[in-house]
Amino acid sequence: MATKVHMEALSPTMEEGRLVKWTKHEGDAVKSGDTLAEVETDKAIMELVARADGQLIKVVVPEGSTVPVGNVVAWIGKPGEKVDGDGAIAPARPGNEKRETGNVASQTAPAPKPTPAAVPQPSPARQAPPAAPADATRVKASPLARRIAKESGVDLKLVTGSGPGGRVVKRDVESAPAREATAVTTSATTFPVSRVPSPARTGAAFEDVPLTQIRKTIAKRLAASIGPVPHFFLTTEIDMERAAEAREALNKQLGEEGGKISFNDIIIKAVALALVRHRACNAWFQEDHIRYWNEVHIGMAVAIEDGLITPVIRNADVKSLSEIGAEARDLAGKARSRRLKPEEYTGSTFSVSNLGMFDIDQFTAVINPPEAGIVAIGTIVPKAVPDGDRVSVRKRLRVTMSCDHRVIDGATGAAFLKTLKQMLENPLAMLL
Amino acid sequence: MASFDVIVLGGGPAGYICAIRSAQLGMSTAVVEQEKLGGVCVNIGCIPTKALLHSAYIAGLLKESKEFGVEASGVKTDYGVAMKRSRRVSDQNSKGVEFLMKKHKITVVKGTGVVQPGKKVKVGSDVYEAKKAVVIATGSRVKGIPQIGLEINKTTVISSDDALLLERVPESLAIIGAGAVGMEFADIFHAFGVKITLIEALPRILPIEDAEASDTLAKSYRKRGIDVIAGAKVTKAAVGKDKVTLDIEAGGEKKQVTAAAVLMAAGRAVNTENIGLKECGIQLTDRGFIKVDQNLQTTAPGYYAIGDVAGPPMLAHKGFREGSVVAEIIAGQKPHAIKYDNVPSVTYCHPEVASIGLTEDQCKEKKLDYVAGRFPFSANGRARGTGETEGFVKILRDKKYGEILGAHIVGAHASEMIHELAVARENEYTVEEIDLAIHAHPTMSEAIGEAALDSLGRVLHI
Repeated sequence: MATKVHMEALSPTMEEGRLVKWTKHEGDAVKSGDTLAEVETDKAIMELVARADGQLIKVVVPEGSTVPVGNVVAWIGKPGEKVDGDGAIAPARPGNEKRETGNVASQTAPAPKPTPAAVPQPSPARQAPPAAPADATRVKASPLARRIAKESGVDLKLVTGSGPGGRVVKRDVESAPAREATAVTTSATTFPVSRVPSPARTGAAFEDVPLTQIRKTIAKRLAASIGPVPHFFLTTEIDMERAAEAREALNKQLGEEGGKISFNDIIIKAVALALVRHRACNAWFQEDHIRYWNEVHIGMAVAIEDGLITPVIRNADVKSLSEIGAEARDLAGKARSRRLKPEEYTGSTFSVSNLGMFDIDQFTAVINPPEAGIVAIGTIVPKAVPDGDRVSVRKRLRVTMSCDHRVIDGATGAAFLKTLKQMLENPLAMLL
Repeated sequence: MASFDVIVLGGGPAGYICAIRSAQLGMSTAVVEQEKLGGVCVNIGCIPTKALLHSAYIAGLLKESKEFGVEASGVKTDYGVAMKRSRRVSDQNSKGVEFLMKKHKITVVKGTGVVQPGKKVKVGSDVYEAKKAVVIATGSRVKGIPQIGLEINKTTVISSDDALLLERVPESLAIIGAGAVGMEFADIFHAFGVKITLIEALPRILPIEDAEASDTLAKSYRKRGIDVIAGAKVTKAAVGKDKVTLDIEAGGEKKQVTAAAVLMAAGRAVNTENIGLKECGIQLTDRGFIKVDQNLQTTAPGYYAIGDVAGPPMLAHKGFREGSVVAEIIAGQKPHAIKYDNVPSVTYCHPEVASIGLTEDQCKEKKLDYVAGRFPFSANGRARGTGETEGFVKILRDKKYGEILGAHIVGAHASEMIHELAVARENEYTVEEIDLAIHAHPTMSEAIGEAALDSLGRVLHI
C-alpha cells in the first residue's frame, strides 16, 4: 500500500506552500528522512522530507504550484506499484503519467529521469516542471472553465481535463477542490517570482506578477513598521572621470549646434540601461501583485516654484543621449512654466532626483509610488582617492538609491547599483 | 453462415452512419433493411418534407411578390406536382445512401431482421453471425389514437406518411399535434390552399420550445389564417366516409371541428416488436424504448441500440451521432461522450424555429440565476431587406459565469443559424466569446451577436 506525501505545515503560520523544486523524481528510491522537495512557505524555502521508505512512485503536484497544507503532493510505494487514485488533487497533465508495467519496465529501462537541459524552456521567464511536457505551462481549458476556475479559486494547472485532448471543461473545474488562497493568484505558476524576472523584451509593456508568500509577508510587516512605503537606502560612490571625459568629447563633437549633453542626461541613460538589466527594480507595487515593467520610463524630479514635479522621459533606454538631453530640457522648461500635460508627468517606472547643482554631497529621495525605487544624485566633487599605490584626485559622485522593500530587497538594489556604477565608470559599456 | 464484425438492424440515419463508421474502422459490416435505405428521414420524414416546405415557401413568396416589384399573376398550386418532386428528392437521397454502402463495401441485406441469442440475426431463412456486435437501429413509426376512434385509415384519418403521398389536397384538414411534424404540415397544406385547424393538447403549440417561440409562431399562423387551438383535448371523433368530426374541449369550452381529413401528428411509436428482443434478454424502459447504458449497450452484452429506439430526442442528427459513437465503442475506441443536452432542435415551418439547451421556463424551474438577452429580426438590416422580420434570437446566459444555458431562434434561416450556438456550447464558450467573434454585416446572424450583447446589457442596435 502506497503512502501519501502531504504538504506539511513547515512554519507555525503556514497555510499553503509553493512547491519550488522536486529534489527526488518519480522512480527515485527514497528513505524516511530524505529530502523530497523544496517548498516555499510564508517565511522561507524549507525542505519537505519523506516519512516512508520505498520509491517515489508518483508526483502529483508540478513544480511551481501552490498547495494548501494537508493536500497530497506525491506517493511513496513499492516499485511498480500503482496508485489507486490521485489523492486530493489530480495529476498535472495526463501526458505526464509514466505508464510503468511492473518489473519489466524497471529492469529494461529506469523510469525516465528528467534533465533540466532536455526540457525546452518556453521563455526565460517561465519554468517548466521538469517531468512535464514542454508546453506544461499552457493549460488547455474552455473559456467557461477558465472563468469558473478564476472565480472559485481553482488552479487550472492542477485539474485533469476530460475534454478533447485533455482540455479542462466545466465539469472538471466543478469537481476540483476550490482553494481560497489562490483566488487572486491563479496565474502565479506561469512565472516564479522567487527569481528576478527576465529582462527580455516580450513586446508587452509590462507583466503582472502576483505576490509570493514571502513577498506578502514582507509587504505587510515592513509597511506596518515604517509607513505605507517601507524605504531603505543604499549609497555608492561612483568615479565620474571617464564619464566626464566622454561628455567633453561628445560635446566637442556636437560643436556649437544644439544643446550640450549634461551629466544628468548621462545618468538618466545609465539608470535606464541598468533598469533593463535589473527588471526587478523597474516595477510598481500594486497591493496584490507587482507590475514588472518591460518598458523603462524615467521620472525626472524637477524643482518648481512651490514644489516639485517629475516629468517623464519615456523609453529612456532606447533614446540617444542627445534625445534625452533635448527632451529633459524641454520637459524641465515646461515644468517650470507649468505647461506640462498630464501624460508628460505620469507613468514613470523609476525616478531620478538630482540635487548636484545645489552642491549636495548626498541625500535620500522619497519614492514616488507606485514606483519601487528612486536614485538620488549628489554633486560631482574632486576627491583624493587611492589609485594603485598612490593617491590621485578624481571626480566622484555619491548616488543613493531608495528602495521599496516590498518590491526590492537589499541584494536586488545593490546589484542594480553595481550595474549603474559600472556603466558610469565605463560609459562605453552603455554601447553594449 | 455468413458472418460480419458488425450487423446493423435498420438502414435509417443511425443505422447507415453506424455502418459507414464501422467500415471506416476496418470492421466488416452488414445492414439489414426491409424497405428503402435512409429510413424515415430520407423517405418519409426530414427530406421530403423539406422539399414540400420549399414549395410552400415559394407559394408564400409569390403571394407577396408584388410588394417587391415582381407581380406574379395566375399563380396556381398543385400538390401532386410538389409531391412528385419531393419523391424524386427522396429517391435521390436513398440512392445516395445505397452508393455510400457500396463505397464502404457494406453488405446490404434486404428483409426484416430478427435478433437471436449468440449475436445472430435472422433474415427470412438466412442467419448471419456478428463477431463483435449487433446494433439495433429499427427506428420508429407514426401512430394514431385508437382510444378515441382515431385509427389511421389512410383516407380520412391519415399519418404524415400518407400526407407525403397525396396526389391532391383535401379541402380542409385538422392536424392533431403541434410539435415539429404538425407545425410543418400545417405550413405546407395551408400554402396549398387547405383550411387548417391545428390542435395541440399541451397549453401551447411547439410545447418543447421556449414559450416566446410558441407565442411568435401562434401569432404568425393565426395571422395567416390557420386556426390554432392549444390546450385542447379531443374527447370524441366521428370518422365518416368523407369527413371527420372532432369533439374538442379547450379552456373549459366545448366545440366541434369538422374537416375533410385528420392528420395524426401526435407522437411516434418505436419499432421494438417482433424483432427478437425478449429472446435475447434485451429489456425495454417504462416508456417502451430499448434500455441502454452510457455506451449504448443494451441489457444483453454485444447488442447495442441507437437512434429512435434508444430513446428521445427522436431526431435524425441524434441518431447520426449515436451511430458514429457506437461504431467507435465497438472498435474499442473511447469516443467523446454525447452531450444530449446539446442536441439542436429545429422546426422548418415559416418562420423557422431552432433551439439548443434550456428554455427560459426550464431555467426558472431549475432556479438558475440567468439573464435573457433578446434581439428581434425587425431591427436587423438583412431581415428588413428580405422582408423576413418575423422572429428573434434569445440567449439565456448564466448570470455569474456567462455560460450559454439555452438559445432560441425564431426566423428565416434559424435552422442554419443555430449551429453557431451549438459550437459555442460544445466548446463552453460564453456569451462574451460569441460577441468577440466578428459577425459579417449585414447578416441575420448579427442578431446572435446582438442577443449575446443584450444579455450583457450592451445591445447596440436597439
